[in-house]
Amino acid sequence: MRTNLEYKAEFLNPDMPDIPYTTLNLGPTHPATHGIFQNILKMDGERIVSGEQTIGYIHRAFEKIAERRPFYQITPLTDRLNYCSAPINNIGWHLTVEKLLKVSVPKRVDYMRVLVMELARVTDHLICNSILGVDTGALTGFTYVYQFREKVYEIYEEICGARLTTNMGRVGGFERDFSPKVFELTRKFLAEFPKIWRQFESLLSRNRIFMDRTMKTGPISVERALNYGFTGPNLRAAGIDYDLRVADPYCSYEDFKFDIPVGTTGDTYDRFVVRNEEIWQSLSIIEQALQKIEACEPGVYHADSDRYYLPPKQEVYRNMEALIYHFKIVMGEIEAPVGEVYKAVEGANGELGFYLISDGGRTPYRLHFRRPSFIYYQAFPEMVQGQMLSDAIVVMSSMNVIAGELDA
Amino acid sequence: MVVNHEDIISHIKDNVGDVLKVIPDDYGVLIAEVSVHQVYKLISFLFKDLNYKFNILVDLCGVHYPDRKGEELGVVYHIQSMSLRTRIRLKVFVPIEKPEVPSLTGIYAAANWMERETYDFYGILFLGHPNLVRILNMDEMIDFPMRKEFPLEDPKRRDKEDFHFGR
Amino acid sequence: MSSQVTITEAPPGIEGQGFFATKLDQVVGLARKNSIWPLPFATSCCGIEFMSTMSSHYDLARFGSERLSFTPRQADLLMVMGTIAKKMGPVLRQVYEQMAEPRWVIAVGACASSGGIFDTYSVLQGIDLIIPVDVYVPGCPPRPEQIIDGVMRIQDLIGKESIRRRNSDEYKQLMEEYMIR
Repeated sequence: MRTNLEYKAEFLNPDMPDIPYTTLNLGPTHPATHGIFQNILKMDGERIVSGEQTIGYIHRAFEKIAERRPFYQITPLTDRLNYCSAPINNIGWHLTVEKLLKVSVPKRVDYMRVLVMELARVTDHLICNSILGVDTGALTGFTYVYQFREKVYEIYEEICGARLTTNMGRVGGFERDFSPKVFELTRKFLAEFPKIWRQFESLLSRNRIFMDRTMKTGPISVERALNYGFTGPNLRAAGIDYDLRVADPYCSYEDFKFDIPVGTTGDTYDRFVVRNEEIWQSLSIIEQALQKIEACEPGVYHADSDRYYLPPKQEVYRNMEALIYHFKIVMGEIEAPVGEVYKAVEGANGELGFYLISDGGRTPYRLHFRRPSFIYYQAFPEMVQGQMLSDAIVVMSSMNVIAGELDA
Repeated sequence: MVVNHEDIISHIKDNVGDVLKVIPDDYGVLIAEVSVHQVYKLISFLFKDLNYKFNILVDLCGVHYPDRKGEELGVVYHIQSMSLRTRIRLKVFVPIEKPEVPSLTGIYAAANWMERETYDFYGILFLGHPNLVRILNMDEMIDFPMRKEFPLEDPKRRDKEDFHFGR
Repeated sequence: MSSQVTITEAPPGIEGQGFFATKLDQVVGLARKNSIWPLPFATSCCGIEFMSTMSSHYDLARFGSERLSFTPRQADLLMVMGTIAKKMGPVLRQVYEQMAEPRWVIAVGACASSGGIFDTYSVLQGIDLIIPVDVYVPGCPPRPEQIIDGVMRIQDLIGKESIRRRNSDEYKQLMEEYMIR
């Protein structure tokens, strides 16, 4: 039997006689593509010779909208980038504006943000890995672990009232302090979730069928991954321990102890295992964050910056300055400095960057989202070349391409 | 490992020539403007250079300044050195009548879609790009929607006419 | 824990020993409404909430629609979830045209109903510009309870629908307005 690599080499041989290829249209609405994008694959029987993607089917012109909206109204837009882990996007955007305004936030706010972001990372990886299970034919794991996504949604609801598109926090902190119920629910989640997740892992990670389906499918070398601008779990699966939480710490991540899991081959199985391990690390970070929040002075939930953070409502009625700031912030007339910043956070899929050019107006002059899905999805044809059609589905699923983030 | 900006600047000066026009930045990032004729040379040098090895194209985006005559359209590159964990931001400006910038697809594979996106939004032509067609918007579109004069809302829409509101 | 199975009530009719007479409309409606095969046309955020609706916690299967039909040919209900960009419009229309009569459509979420917060050049301002919609579910995204409510409203519609409706002039005129053959 020939290996994939030999097969690939044969295709690259120019002296080979012509084979009639078939063209297969995968998408835009295909049950196996999670999201809306089209892959036009050139097939030799069941093997993929080459592929070409068409994207933009839910292009919503985020960057154009962002040029017409005041800063705080952009937070709801960021929700809809990677809707599987909306809080990371929200907080990434808040961090960008804070960097522009040079506002520093108290430690407790940092830890609260870390708590929320890691919960979001858990849910994102959970959905990616359980859907990978579904794509390889194991629906059971999905139905079990999805229950715990609902548990995380309950925590979000307790924090901000929304489930999926959270619009969480404000520039400078949170809109209100976490209620005791948040900590209670988080502790409950930390107590219950590991048991189910361990079961899920034992169901798949040493499962012969699953390993046969995922090992050596869609591998990418370190060099190609870097050249394609991979970040996040997909890059770490290829073998580079690059994580923005460590490389360029934000939100006091330097206070936390955690490991960065690294794969070796960059194939689907490695991506699966790296994400699994990241869930365990995230759970440990959440545990640490809970302890650190307890150790901080209670009741601090925003930066002490009355120019940029909405003053308390009773102050607005009594105090003229508070009224002015309230009006200015609500109308979006804050005095943003002229300048440009690039701030990136480690999103669930990789480096989620915000490049913001401010001309001092109430809206950004230019806001560019560096969307990890958009950048690494272009490597897809190269990763599936010479592989089977069913592998392509699994690779796409394990790359975790989110259509909202892909098209912006 | 912290890399001194002066080191990078002098290293570039020694090897490529005096190509950088450094823009001061409050936020501690090395930002420089490069002329369109030298940007490819500079970035390919930085990519291959063994001391720095800027091997990742983090981000590439366009920007439109309608008031700057002769340099209305700009391209902003963020490149990163993985080994040194440092980034620089390079800017190239071109006139709107002749928006031609060399393509980086030969250096970074990631540049392919980023340049297509920038072309799609701003109409900047990347010379040497293998497949410079629209990526996010519809193929039939003729405008470049991220240019400042383009309206956000669909000009052909009917649902906001006064008629519907009894005016 | 004892399990509780509820059986749908029979439509009003004349009952006697060994027979039950009612209108054909009602029987067909009853059968149709409790065995909807939905086609999830999920493009973005609302699709994730639909996953919640389908999965174990909310369990749409309780309403007789656990069988997702990913092919439009066998689907009864088109559930459009998420933003439909103008690029996607023709695809959506084609999917609708491929569905066999009788067919129903739910627009789930603000984007599908009206364009939502994306009042931009690239987004279709509501799918009712290209296909007829039966039920709109508001929310950005709607909670799973709301999606279930939308499905129940569709069930009401299906249950009450006359079997001749699809041949009526009114319906033909509606299709004509949308230029759907």
